[in-house]
Amino acid sequence: MDLYSLTLTDIAKKIKNKEVSIKEVLDSVYSRIEEVEPKVDAYITLTQERAYQKAEELQKKLDNNEDIGVLGGVPIAIKDNICTNGVKTTCASRMLENFTPIYNATVVKKLEEAGAIILGKTNMDEFAMGSSTETSYMKKTKNPWDLTRVPGGSSGGSAAVVSADMAYASLGSDTGGSIRQPASYCSVVGLKPTYGLISRFGLIAFASSLDQIGPFTKTVEDAATMLNVIAGYDKMDTTSANLEKVDYTKALVNDVKDKVIGIPTDFITDGINPDVRKAYDEAIETLKNAGAKIQEVNLEYAKYSLATYYIIATAEASSNLGRYDGIRYGYRAKDFNDLDDLYVKSRTEGFGEEVKRRIMLGTYVLSSGYYDAYYKRAQQVRTLIVENFKKAFENCDVIMIPTAPNTSFKFGAHNASPLEMYLEDIYTVPVNIAGLPGISVPGGFDKEGLPIGIQFISKAFDEKNLLQVAYTFEQNTTYHNEKPTMKEEK
Amino acid sequence: MSVSKEDVKHIAKLSKLSLTEEELEKYTNNLSEIVNFANELSSINVENVKPTAHILDIKNVFRKDEVEASYNREEILKNAPSKDAGCISVPKVVE
Repeated sequence: MDLYSLTLTDIAKKIKNKEVSIKEVLDSVYSRIEEVEPKVDAYITLTQERAYQKAEELQKKLDNNEDIGVLGGVPIAIKDNICTNGVKTTCASRMLENFTPIYNATVVKKLEEAGAIILGKTNMDEFAMGSSTETSYMKKTKNPWDLTRVPGGSSGGSAAVVSADMAYASLGSDTGGSIRQPASYCSVVGLKPTYGLISRFGLIAFASSLDQIGPFTKTVEDAATMLNVIAGYDKMDTTSANLEKVDYTKALVNDVKDKVIGIPTDFITDGINPDVRKAYDEAIETLKNAGAKIQEVNLEYAKYSLATYYIIATAEASSNLGRYDGIRYGYRAKDFNDLDDLYVKSRTEGFGEEVKRRIMLGTYVLSSGYYDAYYKRAQQVRTLIVENFKKAFENCDVIMIPTAPNTSFKFGAHNASPLEMYLEDIYTVPVNIAGLPGISVPGGFDKEGLPIGIQFISKAFDEKNLLQVAYTFEQNTTYHNEKPTMKEEK
Repeated sequence: MSVSKEDVKHIAKLSKLSLTEEELEKYTNNLSEIVNFANELSSINVENVKPTAHILDIKNVFRKDEVEASYNREEILKNAPSKDAGCISVPKVVE
């Protein structure tokens, strides 16, 4: 078996036991990238030089029998909206095409302290705005399961590199499903932790009350290991929660006998692809057979999450992206008459179509005359959705729904109507609106062989329960063992 | 409520974006479609419901005002699109 195809847990063990050198591991992954990346186009930047340098340092430590950390020598990829000191961080936007941060995001610092090696930065929808990675200014990332289709988004690159064995794990960010949906489309594990569990310091802001960083991995076990490393309080993020340290790998128990799984029947309606529906019903059976109790729960307000989301997220985005003015950093237009003209030209030339659409939508819902009807009302509906989940969790431990109503679509399929693309987020946005943790686990394939994800949701800061149910589901299914074809199918 | 061309012109101005006639047409259609969809919220009774800004029970977070080492000026300026004499250079603002 090739080294690159192993899991994060297995490769970390092999390195620590000195069965392989860290350089051999890097060689394997970079040669895999050389082979597959021309087809998949998932990386924006590769950082070989730094990676080999770090490998050498770590190997020396290891040879001296020093501790190199839980992720010692493990190559990992980072979404290109997470700041990496001295490495370009573009947000896949012309606006930040030449932006090189002078500090590390807290998550990057934590990963490196745990011994991880950064392989490169991954492609994404521009400023994380999109569900297909098509809005990237840099390149078009293909789905490793069918190169004529999208990998999902916005963290499409991060999902594709793990799916195609071009990294053992990666980091993404999830504002409305941007980790879970591409995980579902690419058949990998994608975890969006509770809002506040992971520091957002160094994550380039899209919608600050919804954004959360999380890992993509090949298995639930790897997700727990990654979470152990990146979770925790950070004084640099005032919305980071100060809680006791938890060992999430303790949750890796193949047992759901005392667990109640909530099924929101009123939320899973007609818009769903029949193959996804079938996979969902089978997932219910799998957990039932494993001893879980299945309980219907009511999420009557969840269907309003999408409208709520597109008001709140765009409002916050219009404010957050006000900082891109062509003055201190980022793109500045070449010709301008005065200061105002500099702002307008820099923003008009620097931002892509979807980003402009969202900035304008956000500006609209916040503008005088519309604020109460849209923004304030959306925040009130947000309260109803939060309460709705709280009530549902009085009757169950973990809620299970599909990650997305459909499987991956062809490039350009939703070009005509942005709203149609937004509807793909129906099952992921409620989790962000309520600030809850959610995880997508490989849950089957449709008739054409395209991956389907099953999503689990738990109470806030209850990742242990979440991971235990996800782990049990994974251990009682085999979908996560399948590898993508890397071909132009169907 | 639907979004008019005039609305889009106005919000583009507020957003410091300039649109071509073709883009104006396109965005007006897109935004109308999305806003019409968002109008479904108007059917929900939100009387006496408190708005949620974010889900954590955290208010004003304070820390001590302590002097700490900060970033290097030269390093910061490397990202500036135009600089002069250790400062970011901008077009003349005051006549």
